[in-house]
Amino acid sequence: YCVHGPRHKEAIMELVQREAERCDRLGGFFTIMSMAGGTGSGLGAFVTQCLRDAFPTSFILNHLIWPYGTGEVIVQNYNSVLTLSHLYHSSDALLVHENDVIHKICAQLMNIKQISFRDVNQVIAHQLGSVFQPTHLAGGGSGYSRNPLGDLLESLVPHPEFRMLGLRNIPQMAESSLPYSAFSWPGLLKHLRQMLIANAQMEEGIDWQVRPPQPGSSMPCTNKPLHFNTSIANLLILRGKDVHSVELGSFQDPSLYTSWLNPQDAFTAWKTPRAFNKYEKSAALVSNSQFLLKPLDSIVGKAWNMFASKAYLHQYTKFGIQEEDFLDCFTTLEQVISSYTNL
Amino acid sequence: AVSLPFAVGQCGNQVGCRFWDLALREHAAVNKKGIYDEALSSFFRNVDTRSGDNGPDIYRGKICSLKARALLIDMEEGVVNEILQGPLRDVFDSKQLITDVSGSGNNWAVGHKIYGCRYRENIVEKLRKTAEHCDCLQCFFIIHSMGGGTGSGLGTFVLNLLEEEFPEVYRFVTSVYPSGEDDVITSPYNSVLAMKELNEHADCVLPIENESLFEIVNKIHQMISSGKLGSTVKQNSLVTSSAGSAKTVPEKPFDEMNNIVANLLLNLTSSARFEGSLNMDLNEISMNLVPFPRLHYLVSSLTPLYTLADVNVPCRRLDQMFSDAFSRDHQLIQADPKHSLYLACALLVRGNVQVSDLRRNIERLKPSLHFVSWNQEGWKTGLCSVPPVGHSHSLLALANNTCVKPTFIELKDRFMKLYKKKAHLHHYLQIDGMEQSCFSEAISSLSDLIEEYNELDATKGGPRIDPSRLKIAV
Repeated sequence: YCVHGPRHKEAIMELVQREAERCDRLGGFFTIMSMAGGTGSGLGAFVTQCLRDAFPTSFILNHLIWPYGTGEVIVQNYNSVLTLSHLYHSSDALLVHENDVIHKICAQLMNIKQISFRDVNQVIAHQLGSVFQPTHLAGGGSGYSRNPLGDLLESLVPHPEFRMLGLRNIPQMAESSLPYSAFSWPGLLKHLRQMLIANAQMEEGIDWQVRPPQPGSSMPCTNKPLHFNTSIANLLILRGKDVHSVELGSFQDPSLYTSWLNPQDAFTAWKTPRAFNKYEKSAALVSNSQFLLKPLDSIVGKAWNMFASKAYLHQYTKFGIQEEDFLDCFTTLEQVISSYTNL
Repeated sequence: AVSLPFAVGQCGNQVGCRFWDLALREHAAVNKKGIYDEALSSFFRNVDTRSGDNGPDIYRGKICSLKARALLIDMEEGVVNEILQGPLRDVFDSKQLITDVSGSGNNWAVGHKIYGCRYRENIVEKLRKTAEHCDCLQCFFIIHSMGGGTGSGLGTFVLNLLEEEFPEVYRFVTSVYPSGEDDVITSPYNSVLAMKELNEHADCVLPIENESLFEIVNKIHQMISSGKLGSTVKQNSLVTSSAGSAKTVPEKPFDEMNNIVANLLLNLTSSARFEGSLNMDLNEISMNLVPFPRLHYLVSSLTPLYTLADVNVPCRRLDQMFSDAFSRDHQLIQADPKHSLYLACALLVRGNVQVSDLRRNIERLKPSLHFVSWNQEGWKTGLCSVPPVGHSHSLLALANNTCVKPTFIELKDRFMKLYKKKAHLHHYLQIDGMEQSCFSEAISSLSDLIEEYNELDATKGGPRIDPSRLKIAV
């Protein structure tokens, strides 16, 4: 953030400018980076800031890789705290993939024995593809939507305090199993909805006991079961056969959402009859909800614990990040945690 | 990214010699086409020697003549001369050598004050020249022993110099510590005086003890001669072996032990030279393993010690490799990390190992290890696809662990035994620039370091009180 960023700013922004000028219509920026290391996290945060400064009216979406909980990098929690808080000030939204979650998907759904980063990245790429491959305009017109980034942000980020987006998809399985599987939209969506409500990381091991609170309760906040995942907004993307006849009412249930928006505004669906990546039918859910509350709280907690002992701080102060900067970052994130907790 | 090794003193140069030999062997095994590639460039320059030794560097294409990026410093000529007459003579040129004739007489003060002063400019000039040839200089390695005079005294002088001239380049030091029965009587003085310098000027120190190297060598001999192993051991896979390298003369007594240290350095830099799915550069090691500036002593262990010739690698063998890395008899100093406190741990894996293997083993071993309360998941991991010669996979573990404490305490005790009687002190004090205060400051620095480790040990096993989080007004 402090050394390489400023040193290479000119070269980077020149490249960006050149690419931006080549676009007919600039839809926005999609930065792909991790939080745990140094370049992706620090330089990524710096570049995002530069993009915001140079293109104040463009959309910026950051794709973030959340590190394994048991450590790839010892100072990953510091790096994550610094990255998240800085991005919160310059990016429009953060689309998160957690290594632990994807790893589990590889192990349990894909049945991969010796999981490599290549396998993990393959799943992530598939999930991203199922969001960003073209879909048709919502109004049912025949053309493809021209502004997916903007549309996504418009549907999912109604309030600047809430920018953490999670991603779930269904189905996800080993390619070899595909020929033996048959899917129905009601089945897929029933599972996906429960994954949303129960904060399940994948389609296996879903807790079906979790239910949304009953309508008509006088104090909705306290009556919500503690492990129920409240949403601010959801975006469902459907690809494949018979997609136009799908019944989506279950996702528009007001009990899934906070009270700020009409359920019709809180929920958006994109569709295309074109199948994606050999799945006859597939659905992806991008959700602005409490999906990431627990992971965020965990990272902040561990970072705070380390910060209190002052471990590794000299490595950061040496290059220009002072203790006060850390405190600012912690404050920003505790605020975000508090906001999401009180949904 | 270039790492620049400096071998200082007899031990340093003997280890260094093994290091260059094994480095060439490793690259030869990987680089079948003889093309000068990025991996080679981290340790070697490619020089067009048709116009003589001062030919220009060639940056790509076929290998012409490889020259090691290194400085060899010794105040006696014996070891360096041997290198220059041996099979590695073409790998070094005279511009990389700094030698003298009479040696340091096992006296730190002679090495540090007298030779330091005499050769300062020479060293700086050669250092600058060598650095100029490097695209991107990431770190310096000093290889030396602590017990003698040159490695210990001049070696730490060079350390100071490196900090002054190149403050942003990381300084890694591989130090061979003397054992209790060391044949140099004044080794405790030399070591403690050198320790002060390491405390203040090194970024990372990898202490090595001859006793541990010796035990590992013996263990391997026992395994081979006992015939317990059903199939034959791949000779070139022994961590102690020079097989397949340039040496044609029979191995000298320290060769096997030095090969272990050479392998340590090769493994440490492997991720910076070869590709992998999770790269780990040397600056990352320093960053992740040094939570407080003075606590930069890392205990290392290498596994496996050998590979059986005809075996496919089942999962169990891989897991055994991880377990071994934490066992007492694989550590390169006399220490038992399992029963002490971890501040941080790094695992650098080479070969056909994936992230799931890594995660499985960390999960498995974690419960039996004690980590400091603020770093419960203090693991730094790296995956390099290229295994060492003769192996399908290998592991280097680096631990910042309070188990280094006994080594330092023993050193202090041996020092005090001599110092109390003022034995041999006059040899040092008669050197210009040396005063009693040099000794008192040095032992004080060591005592402070030991105290820091004591404080950490005191927290081990105690109740875990997490500091309360910031409160936000809702």
